[in-house]
Amino acid sequence: MSAPSVIAPVPHVEARLEGDCLHIVLGGRWRIMQRRPTWADVVEKALMGGNGAPRRVRFVFAEEMEGWDSALVLFVGEALRWCRGHDAFCDLSAVPEAVRRMADQLTGAADQADAMPPAPALNILAFVGYAATDIWNKARDIAAFVGECALGAVNTARAPGKFRWRDCIDEMQQCGAMALPIVGLISFLVGVTLAYTGAIVLRQYGGDIYLADLIGLAMVREMGAVMTAVVLAGRTGAAFAATLGNMRASEEIDALTTFGIRPVDFLVLPRVVALGLMTPLLALYANALGIIGGMAISYSLLHISPSAYWNEMLQIVTLRSVNVGLIKATAFGLIVGLAGCLRGLEAERSAAGVGRAATSAVVTALLLLIIADAFFAVAFNALNW
Amino acid sequence: MSGPTHETPAIAVNGLECRYGHAVVLSGVSFAVRRGEIFFVIGGSGCGKSTLLRNLIGLHEPAAGTVKFFGESLADAGDARRRELLQTFGVLYQGGALWSSLTLRENVALPLEEYTPLTAAERDELVALKLAQVGLTGYGDHYPAELSGGMRKRAGLARALALDPDIVFFDEPSAGLDPLTSRSLDELIRQLRDTLGTTCVVVSHELASIFALADRVLMLDRTAKGVIAEGNPHELAKDGADGRVRAFLTRGENQP
Ligand SMILES: Nc1ncnc2c1ncn2[C@@H]1O[C@H](COP(=O)(O)OP(=O)(O)OP(=O)(O)O)[C@@H](O)[C@H]1O
Ligand SMILES: [Mg+2]
Repeated sequence: MSAPSVIAPVPHVEARLEGDCLHIVLGGRWRIMQRRPTWADVVEKALMGGNGAPRRVRFVFAEEMEGWDSALVLFVGEALRWCRGHDAFCDLSAVPEAVRRMADQLTGAADQADAMPPAPALNILAFVGYAATDIWNKARDIAAFVGECALGAVNTARAPGKFRWRDCIDEMQQCGAMALPIVGLISFLVGVTLAYTGAIVLRQYGGDIYLADLIGLAMVREMGAVMTAVVLAGRTGAAFAATLGNMRASEEIDALTTFGIRPVDFLVLPRVVALGLMTPLLALYANALGIIGGMAISYSLLHISPSAYWNEMLQIVTLRSVNVGLIKATAFGLIVGLAGCLRGLEAERSAAGVGRAATSAVVTALLLLIIADAFFAVAFNALNW
Repeated sequence: MSGPTHETPAIAVNGLECRYGHAVVLSGVSFAVRRGEIFFVIGGSGCGKSTLLRNLIGLHEPAAGTVKFFGESLADAGDARRRELLQTFGVLYQGGALWSSLTLRENVALPLEEYTPLTAAERDELVALKLAQVGLTGYGDHYPAELSGGMRKRAGLARALALDPDIVFFDEPSAGLDPLTSRSLDELIRQLRDTLGTTCVVVSHELASIFALADRVLMLDRTAKGVIAEGNPHELAKDGADGRVRAFLTRGENQP
């Protein structure tokens, strides 16, 4: 039992040279999936006798011709081209009209395809020029987007009833509560790593107890916020970009625009607000777990009791340090959210475009995170916080 | 078992039931499509035409019943055989479903590369021919995102026809096309049948196409959750027993 295209008689061709006329007898079943005789082979074999090129080529359908498709069209196309090259007359009257038409079209279509002008090559100056305007345009887009978000935020503050609270709460659940396990695990391990690294140095000076200060300060001021933001950039920023990119590809964003609903108000603000609110909370949680991780290692490695560790840490970690971390975390959350949404909104309208948007959202977010972090380091130093 | 004779229908559906989870969309659907027939599946919006199509082509496992192509069922076939069977039909999806990371030329060429022994030059020629047949000469290097909806659909058709399949499924081929393009598409379907003997299964609302092309129609209904009529559209419109069928085929306008 079998579908007809699978087991089938093979195509065959018989060529006979009678005088100056080459008779081509076609038979069997011609299917594009199978190997077929090529015109070059057929002609070579037929003309092996060596009595000169034929003036005429005549196609004949044998009785047992069972079916044909593009394979036959290709074969006849080759024949037509050969005849044109060898100044022979091709008699296709026995061939179905459709094959004739398609073979003609085939040779015509290929010629037309050749006639298409190639894309002009760029010289280096033009290339540099395009790249420069590209960068300028991108910078302008980012500025315009941030401005639009700020305007949207002002509008929302004036009319808070219009804000999409439900979406915002959904997103908070997604980017906040659902991220607890991964953020917890990573910050705990960061605390552990800091403890081991710090212990190498501090042990040499007998300053074991200062491990508590080191870990506490590093987590609260720096690592808690940064690690949380990095996790969120990969987890949530990429998701924002993919969601919005897909919405753009399926014209959902256009539909919003034509209803006079600004995509920024409807889609971006709820997401950015959700991240702005959840990132500091997650950072607090990260601080706690990092400190616990450090505490565990200090206890097992250096036998510092948890209460001693805690008291020592409070000597240096003040509420102000915690605030520094939280301010940073909020800013990082906003950056991750804005980068994700921006990349999503400007994604190309295709599956690959959505993928690139997600990638570029993460890269943009990480880059801006590090820049912002450096900026904060300088600023808080100047403020002497 | 005996091999397929010329009488084996191209598609034989028996007692098919389609479900999404527990919601039954269609049940007890049985029909056969003869070789070289142009067969329309019609019915009101939401009656399960697309669902039926997805069940036929194996994208959804039927909840019950069998679908046989030339006497063979996709569900029972082994992996290798299933791949072979899949090559016997082409599908034109409603939105074209072109691969967005490939140009039109590459979209049409991909199945040829996968499944045929053609050389690169032959492939290019054939792709150019297929694109010319659907009126897209010169668009070979465009990406799907750079085309209009109708052009995407036509390119999807070129791709569906790439392997000259025995059966072609069309999901709403003329939706989103202008009347002239839509008519030339109808013409193309007819040519396909007349020249290659291709069996065409068309999901469509377009009354003009139905009357111009269909040898037989299968009408589905949402409340009946199944087939309410089967036969030649002209006859059904004239003296079909069922009022719903006549109403659909005459756009609800009163019969003289
Ligand atoms: N993925 C799905 N999950 C659950 N139900 C679905 C799903 N897709 C479709 N349905 C339901 O199945 C029914 C039939 O849908 P289908 O898309 O097959 O309709 P259709 O006949 O193609 O309609 P149209 O002409 O509007 O395209 C509808 O009632 C729909 O609600
Ligand atoms: Mg449908």
